Amino acid sequence: MSGFTSLVADQVQGRVPPADLHERDPDFLRDNLPWLWMLASFYFRAEVRGLGRIPAQGPVLLVGNHSGGNMAPDTFIFTLAFSTFFGVERRFYQLAHNLVLAYPPLARLRKGGTIAASPENAAKALDTGAAVLVYPGGDWETHRPSWESGRITFAGRKGFIRLAIDRNVPLVPVVSIGGQETALFLSRGDRLARALRLDRLARLKVLPISLALPWGLNVGDMLGHIPLPAKITIQVMEPLDLRREFGPDPHVDDVYDEVVARMQRTLDALAAERRLPVIG
Amino acid sequence: MRVEQHTRVAAPPERVWDFISEPLNYEHFMAGITRWDVQGEQRTGAGARYAMRMKVGSAEVGGLIEVVEFDRPHDLAWTSITGIDQRGRWRLRPRADGGTDVTLRLSYHAEGGLLGVLADRFAAPIVGGNLKRSLAELKRTLERQDAVIAAG
Repeated sequence: MSGFTSLVADQVQGRVPPADLHERDPDFLRDNLPWLWMLASFYFRAEVRGLGRIPAQGPVLLVGNHSGGNMAPDTFIFTLAFSTFFGVERRFYQLAHNLVLAYPPLARLRKGGTIAASPENAAKALDTGAAVLVYPGGDWETHRPSWESGRITFAGRKGFIRLAIDRNVPLVPVVSIGGQETALFLSRGDRLARALRLDRLARLKVLPISLALPWGLNVGDMLGHIPLPAKITIQVMEPLDLRREFGPDPHVDDVYDEVVARMQRTLDALAAERRLPVIG
Repeated sequence: MRVEQHTRVAAPPERVWDFISEPLNYEHFMAGITRWDVQGEQRTGAGARYAMRMKVGSAEVGGLIEVVEFDRPHDLAWTSITGIDQRGRWRLRPRADGGTDVTLRLSYHAEGGLLGVLADRFAAPIVGGNLKRSLAELKRTLERQDAVIAAG
C-alpha cells in the first residue's frame, strides 16, 4: 500500500508546475479585471479597506486569513483590489495549494500571478521585488466550519514568519470576513482525509463536508461550488517591520503569536460590524 | 464610456479655475477620490502629474495621470499614463451674470472585450454620481466662501 501511495503522490507532485515568475502576464490581468470587478462589486458587494497602508514599492509579504472553501472569494477580490490600486504593472504573486495549479482548468491562474505555495517559490518572488500573498492556514482554515468564521486558524504554520525574517521584508496582515458564509461548511473531514491517506497522496489534510450549491451535500469540494453572495469585507492592517518591533533576531513563536493576535482583534472588529449572515 | 456633469457656480471663472487647478483641493471636494498626490516637482500646469484613485464599486481605480491642457481659465484636461485608460476635462465658460458654467467629463475604457464594455456601463452610474456630488461640493464651497466674504 505504501508503494502505491508513493506512486500516486509522485504523480500528483509531478503535475505541479515549477514556479516560472515570468508566466505572470499584466495584460491577462488587465483583460480579466472587468468581470472580477463586476463579480466583486455587485455579487459579493466587496469592500477592501486600507490598501494605502501597503508600502507603495518594493517586496512585501501579505498574510491573509482564508475563507470560502475551494471557491474562496477573498483571493480574487484582493487581487482585483491590489491590481487596480497599484496597477497591473506591479508584480504581485499569490501562493496556492499544489492541487490548484495541477488542476488543468485552473492553469490560467498562473498568468494572474498564482504560484505553488512553497518557501522557495515565495522567496524567489520576494527577491524580484514583488508583493506576495500567502494564506498560512490554507486548506485547514478555508474549510473550517461556518460557526468558526470569526476565528484566525493558521494551525501553527509559521513558515511565513521565517520567510519575512530571512528576506527582511515588511509583513502586512490582511483580514477578511464573509467567505465562510458562502456555503454552510460543516466539517473539515480531517479524520476521513487521514483514513484515505490524502495527506500523503496530495498534501491534503482535509476532505471537507458542506452544504453548498448546486450539489446539496458537498463532499471534498473538488469541483467547487456556487458561492452564496455573502458580503465580503477585507481590511489591510498596518505593516510590521519585524526587526524594528521584535529586535535584530526576532523569535518566530513570539512574532507568530503577535501577528495572529492582531489579526484576531481585527477579525473580531469586522465580525462586530456584521448584522446578518450573508447580507453583512 | 464618457460621463459628463454640469453645474452653474455664482463665481467668476478665474475663481473656479484657481480652485480646480489646486491639487490639494481634490481629496476634499471630489466624491470618491481617495488619493490625489502630486508626483514629481511640478505641482500644476501642463505636464504636472498626479497619482489618483477613485472608489468605484469594490475597487479604487486610477493610476498616474498627466495634465495635457492647461488653458486658464477655460480648459484643464488630463490623460492617464498608467492604470485604467482615462481622460478627464474641466470646461469653464463665463456667464452673462458673472457666474460660470462648469462641465466635468471623464472618459474611461476597461479592457476585456464585451465584459469590459459591460463593466464600463455598470460603472457609469457610480462614476456619474461621483462627478455630480463633486460639482455640488465645488458649487457649495465657492458660493459659501463668497457669502462669507460678502458678510464680512
